[in-house]
Amino acid sequence: MQELSLNILDIAQNSVVAGASLIEISLDVYDGGRMMALTITDNGKGMDRETLASVENPFFTSRTTRKVGLGIPLFKQAAEQTGGHFTITSQVGVGTSVKAVFDTASIDFTPLGEVWDTVAILIQMNEAIDFVYTVRGEDGEFVCDTRQLKEVMEGMPLSDLSVVQWIKEFIRENQFEILKRSY
Amino acid sequence: MKSLRELQAIRDKMKANVNTRDGMEGKMRILVGMATCGIAAGARPVLNAFSTELAERGVTHAVVSQTGCIGICQYEPVVEIIEGDTKTTYVKMDAEKVKRVVSEHVIGKKPVTEFTIGALKAE
Repeated sequence: MQELSLNILDIAQNSVVAGASLIEISLDVYDGGRMMALTITDNGKGMDRETLASVENPFFTSRTTRKVGLGIPLFKQAAEQTGGHFTITSQVGVGTSVKAVFDTASIDFTPLGEVWDTVAILIQMNEAIDFVYTVRGEDGEFVCDTRQLKEVMEGMPLSDLSVVQWIKEFIRENQFEILKRSY
Repeated sequence: MKSLRELQAIRDKMKANVNTRDGMEGKMRILVGMATCGIAAGARPVLNAFSTELAERGVTHAVVSQTGCIGICQYEPVVEIIEGDTKTTYVKMDAEKVKRVVSEHVIGKKPVTEFTIGALKAE
């Protein structure tokens, strides 16, 4: 993947397929802006212990059209190659949480890229699911929560292009305000 | 800085345009493959291009949505356009190709044969 934001899009699709009604994506930057944690948490159907143990294996997939499942292994590798780490926890009936930690100073750090594009596409394509995108930095926090956006919209769809474009700018500007730089 | 107040203005504009939103029936469906393979190959800009083109050209008879992996990962980004019983499969798509597909196929009703999987296999 060329950008970590594409990994986020990919991992969040798993949450969509797991039947989640709420998907939370968070970006935390700490240690003077050097370390970055990306977390994707859902309230989908979750996985049993056996499935959980196999998801990091590229030759495991829940799908039937092909024999490999590279989403989780690619995200894990992107974190570990920076000297960071990767964890996935899950509970049947409760949900799943995926966390990847990156050392952004590493030469092998994949650029974060346009996370706002990822979040906007997820919102646009999944009206029935609520998304919470949180950016935390040393100078504060920014939250984009579709439950709040839906309240403002009074029944008008979030998937309308003018709204989608606004969401992208809303995230891009506020994220930069918190992080003071791009990653 | 963007604020929720601006979103209210967008909402009011949308409400004023009393867009009688009709259902999905009879609409042309544009499906963009968004599994790991599609995303890695560039499906996100392709999907963005479709939604922008459709909105800019005022197309209301087609809807864009996402689908998973259909098993031809080597030809991603893959886009399927379904109208009635007819399905056209476009392969190795990009934002530039999307413009032609929207004007010639979605609007003009004539598939862009050279971008389809059939053309690729004949090579």
